[in-house]
Amino acid sequence: MLTLRPEFLQIAEQIAPGSRVLDLGCGDGSLLALLQRERQVTGYGVDRDDANIAACLDNGVHVIQSDLESGLSMFESGSFDYVLLSHTIQSMHDVEGILREMARVGRECIVSFPNFGFWQNRWQILCGRMPVSDLIPYQWYDTPNIHFCTVNDFDHLAGQLGFRLLDKRVMHRGRLVHWWPNWRGSVAIFRLGQRG
Amino acid sequence: MSQDKGGSVGCVVPQTAQFDQPLLLTCGVTVPRYQLVYETYGELNADRSNAVLICHALSGHHHAAGLHHEDDKAAGWWDNMIGPGKPIDTERFFVVALNNLGGCHGSTGPSTIDPETGNPFGSRFPLVTVKDWVDSQARLADQLGIAQWAAVVGGSLGGMQALMWTMSFPERIRHAVVIASAPRLSAQNIAFNDVARQAILTDPDFHGGDYYAHGVVPTRGLRLARMLGHITYLSDDGMGSKFGRLLRGERFNYNFDVEFQIESYLRYQGDKFAGYFDANTYLLMTKALDYFDPARRYGEGNLSRALSRAKASFLIAAFDSDWRFSPDRSREIVKALTDNRLPVTYAEIRSVHGHDAFLMDDPQYFAVMRRYFDRIAAEGV
Repeated sequence: MLTLRPEFLQIAEQIAPGSRVLDLGCGDGSLLALLQRERQVTGYGVDRDDANIAACLDNGVHVIQSDLESGLSMFESGSFDYVLLSHTIQSMHDVEGILREMARVGRECIVSFPNFGFWQNRWQILCGRMPVSDLIPYQWYDTPNIHFCTVNDFDHLAGQLGFRLLDKRVMHRGRLVHWWPNWRGSVAIFRLGQRG
Repeated sequence: MSQDKGGSVGCVVPQTAQFDQPLLLTCGVTVPRYQLVYETYGELNADRSNAVLICHALSGHHHAAGLHHEDDKAAGWWDNMIGPGKPIDTERFFVVALNNLGGCHGSTGPSTIDPETGNPFGSRFPLVTVKDWVDSQARLADQLGIAQWAAVVGGSLGGMQALMWTMSFPERIRHAVVIASAPRLSAQNIAFNDVARQAILTDPDFHGGDYYAHGVVPTRGLRLARMLGHITYLSDDGMGSKFGRLLRGERFNYNFDVEFQIESYLRYQGDKFAGYFDANTYLLMTKALDYFDPARRYGEGNLSRALSRAKASFLIAAFDSDWRFSPDRSREIVKALTDNRLPVTYAEIRSVHGHDAFLMDDPQYFAVMRRYFDRIAAEGV
């Protein structure tokens, strides 16, 4: 049972065929399964959730059960072409730590996240409530998400950490948003490389 | 909620394989001939591609599933895992379980009568290693007409055998399932083993290993060794929730009799074990654990280099309350596998049962095993 989000196709487009991929917070393995099929990649998913380990096995993905907060010590430096972090960064305590670890083990990093600067989120806050939507489907008191950011915020952090921006895509409902992305896009996908 | 209530393989009859070709052991001794006792469950398919080898742990034997007779009270030691509809499904896989060389359940070992002298081998039985076991198992595979195992599976010392298979015979194993194991023992592990051995070696009834001739067995030593081992197989939390500080009577007696329930339990386990297990085999198997070090054999001390020989896919599983072989030890194996870009799935299972969890029926553990074997089957067996 694969859950294919539209952004997965945008990510797949940026992956060179036959690459080595590490998918952090891989969930049920849908993205990696897609990349294995469409891009003939090899590699592993990493997730800490029991149900996701079983689901990855069903989806034909090799998964390593581990808590990302404890780092990526299981992986050698530079051992992957791409390290993916899809819809996971907002629930991590040590955001800088995981980005540094991604840069260590991978040649390029692809990070996607729900854009807190999306106008509907701003509107809900203007109306006095914390945003709840398809992409942020939690109430404030039961959310695993602790570090929301906007497209601009992430841009800034990536620069500060010394990443080189290789690609930035902002989407809403499966379509790319070119104008005022930080207002009109609900999902952002960044592809980052080491500073050249 | 566990979905893993498959059927039993029913009544099984152990078989004996005879090997007349000499086997050179790691210690330098050659065993001229030997026999291995084994059981099989399920059917070998036409292209002989669905065979699964079950490797036993320290005190194990060949009786992994089913019953030996209709009124058998206890089924094989891994009966919850192996059978029709169970995670290792005997409707799809041909399962082979054996008693290792040096064992005391029918395979040639220290208690076997040496045909040349008419007496048990006793102290003259050489020390065997995990590598020797794997070599002897490969010959059993030859006899059974199995060129390549779909999977080699084991927990603890059994997991070490599965791991060794991937390096000793990389072409002969498609999947290695390594559960609650370690790439080599730590100093603490070896220390525990030596205390257990000293209990046996210093038992007045040990007679240098030739107690058979004296009509005695070093029961006290074996019992102590097992009690110590048993403590390391459980977790503090598991023991605490099962026994706590419960007393057998109502008040303290201020003497050294059994007062606490945990004392009663450990003594019972020790006595039971001493009644059916051979002390020399226990010594030999704990030494096999101590010697296990594939990195030293195949990688000049580097496990990643050693595993560069491997071609199998791996399932590595560990239990969070296992302090004998903690998840950190399994992660060392996983790291060596990812270093070599080998396919590996690693599951870290929450359990209060400590090292012994690999023998128990846990929903997540069984879900992972079932799905991994589904995958093996889906790849074509």
